[in-house]
Amino acid sequence: MKLGAMKPQRRNRLLLILGLVGGLGLALTFVLKALNSNINLFYTPVQVIAGEVPMGARVRAGGMVEAGSIRRSDGSLEVAFIVSDLAGAAFEIRYTGILPDLFREGQGVVATGTLSQDGVFFAEEILAKHDEKYMPPEVAMALDATRQDPLQP
Amino acid sequence: MIVELGHFCVVIACLLAFLQVVLPSIGLKQNNAQLMASASSLAYGVFVFTLLGFLALIHAFVTDDFSVGYVASHSNTRLPLQFKVSALWSAHEGSFLLWTLVMSIWTMMVARFSAPLTTDMRARVLICLAALGFGFYLFLLLTSNPFERALPFYPAEGADLNPLLQDFGLIVHPPLLYMGYVGLSVPFAFAIASLWGNTLDVSWARWSRPWTNLAWAFLTMGITLGSWWAYYELGWGGWWFWDAVENASFVPWLIATALIHSLAATEKRGVFKSWTVLLAIFGFSFSLLGAFLVRSGVLTSVHAFAVDPERGAAILMFLVPVIGGSLLLYGARAWDLRSRVTFKRSGRESFILGNNVLLTVSAAVVLLGTLYPLGYEALTGGDKISIGPPYFNAVFVPLMLALMALMILSHRSRWWATDRSLLTAGQGVFTAIAAVAAIGVSVVMGPIKLWIIGVAWLAFMILLNLGYELHRRVRLKSNPFSRLFNQPLAVYAMVLGHAGIAVTALGIVTTVMLSEEADLFMAPGDRAEVGAYDVQFYGTNNIEGPNYVADRGRVEVSRAGEIIATLFPEKRRYLASQSIMTEADIHVRSLGDIYVALGEPLENGAWAVRVHIKPLVRFIWFGGILIALGGVLSIFDRRYRAPVARSSRQAPPAPSREAVHG
Repeated sequence: MKLGAMKPQRRNRLLLILGLVGGLGLALTFVLKALNSNINLFYTPVQVIAGEVPMGARVRAGGMVEAGSIRRSDGSLEVAFIVSDLAGAAFEIRYTGILPDLFREGQGVVATGTLSQDGVFFAEEILAKHDEKYMPPEVAMALDATRQDPLQP
Repeated sequence: MIVELGHFCVVIACLLAFLQVVLPSIGLKQNNAQLMASASSLAYGVFVFTLLGFLALIHAFVTDDFSVGYVASHSNTRLPLQFKVSALWSAHEGSFLLWTLVMSIWTMMVARFSAPLTTDMRARVLICLAALGFGFYLFLLLTSNPFERALPFYPAEGADLNPLLQDFGLIVHPPLLYMGYVGLSVPFAFAIASLWGNTLDVSWARWSRPWTNLAWAFLTMGITLGSWWAYYELGWGGWWFWDAVENASFVPWLIATALIHSLAATEKRGVFKSWTVLLAIFGFSFSLLGAFLVRSGVLTSVHAFAVDPERGAAILMFLVPVIGGSLLLYGARAWDLRSRVTFKRSGRESFILGNNVLLTVSAAVVLLGTLYPLGYEALTGGDKISIGPPYFNAVFVPLMLALMALMILSHRSRWWATDRSLLTAGQGVFTAIAAVAAIGVSVVMGPIKLWIIGVAWLAFMILLNLGYELHRRVRLKSNPFSRLFNQPLAVYAMVLGHAGIAVTALGIVTTVMLSEEADLFMAPGDRAEVGAYDVQFYGTNNIEGPNYVADRGRVEVSRAGEIIATLFPEKRRYLASQSIMTEADIHVRSLGDIYVALGEPLENGAWAVRVHIKPLVRFIWFGGILIALGGVLSIFDRRYRAPVARSSRQAPPAPSREAVHG
């Protein structure tokens, strides 16, 4: 049956359905594309030093801020510190800007940014624990994966 | 003792809610009007006992009864009184008690204002609400009891309320938000009751409308306040983060916005009947889903409640039968709900259809971005990802622009079909005026941005068309001025709501495009330039608050040599918890905010200082308030009041369809 030979009502409905399906497909394509280009994978310290992080990709990484590792530069807001999984794997994070209130030595942090060639993580954003009881699930996982809780021998 | 009494009262409320399900159900079966009517009296009982329980817990907070575990972990003797009260809903257990209280308030209001409904429709609605309430009480009592004592060894001093929550925002934001979340259960109950009784006609939509509008207005206000609170309290200067918890409240809002429009079409024209029912079901389902996401800890969020997987499982056990059951009922009953009504492409129905498509699609893409990390983790076996704001902006903004474009013409549309001339009259002139105004705004606000011109043009077109429609309504009368105040309230409600969208959009685009943000290293006496402003830092001094000590900075902001404001941002350390808190200081001007916050202390009295210039940021919340006001105004429209008044004086309610057939 040719499109022109159909009853106008039926033809209209067919066109409507085709239009809807086409529009929806197009929309879905755009949405998935946007979604895929905005996925930030999380990496543990072990994965970071093993070189699993693709260079230049925007990712998230984190661990515990190592005591005594925070270094500031004079006259600017540049700060560098080491995060580790408390089991030997550690890497350096550099950041310029204001750190969150809950940022402290020995606390879990999650940084979003890129890893450079020499293994330094340049962060654009640092998130720290929201309150005393709350641990970012990623950090908890990173710690769990590599060690037993020292409080429970 | 009072705490135990409070606990006992909530147990009674739970039992009463159970009776409120069982007795009227038996009444329906035996056609016993008295048993059916018991649903309303029981609704009052549930409310009274929940309120007593709630007051008992407030008493425990105010009297610093730290033998109650929940009080001990969220309050402190030095906490100011208003925060002792609001600390009640600062964490999971107490906030869920507030949730059940809000549920009992809505149920009671429905019982109070539903006299004109048929006896069995009324019973069904109240049964649905009571069943939900019963589930909530069970969850509260079995998994999240805030009355639990920590005996025999309880602390002498409480652990204190999280400093971020020691704020006016905590007092008002959760109650308003919950009124919105839980209020969506009313249209849900109306929809389920109608499906159940097979009485899904136009009167269903008529009854749902004021309730939906009110719940939606509360939700709007709750979200608006939440955004404002985050802006001034978190010290980041952001007003929306596309955070999982924010999305959890935003998705129901988008669906509810679609619902209030689709209900209008169903009521006035009898179209989209089954679609409207589906929206009513989804609106409340998403607010339950939001509660699940926030309280179970399955999503990473900056403000998730303390994590407890067991609770998550319990909510899921509640969620699945409620959503699944209602969708099953929908599938069984709504399939033959074909409306015989037609409409033309130019009719108002088409505009509402467009509105519904755009809003549900935006809800879907926001939900997708929120849940995607969960699905990804499940599929890849534990890989953690996050979806950044760029995704949400990329998919959400175009949809909203389309929605605004649609809104321009929608005000002038008529039901069934609209005369072409009615849609186009004056649009040429309006286009020109809006374009000039939009360019004007962009020039006044700073460097010219196409985004601002575009969105401002849409906003002005909406406002001009709203004005045109109002003018058209009044010009026919000899005394236009009196006529202006004689329009149905629903018209003003629509004008306020849509104008609010225009105002918010203008605020968002200007803030996003023109904000100046600087994190600065500043020693005392240092001067820096941020945007068009000069900022001078004069160091800090120590001050003492009621339950904290603080470093208080002094920052002078000047423009072209003239001092505009002196700001005093604080870095506080709360004594009980030793937690650090940033208290930003904000200078509010008509064309924008100057926002200053202290970062961390550096060497020799220098500080990291955050300075934001936020043009028109207040428009975002001002628009939100307008939208909410529109929602509140609409429920006072005469059309909704009349039947209540009439029925109390006369006339037995019309028999329901079932009664006729049966």
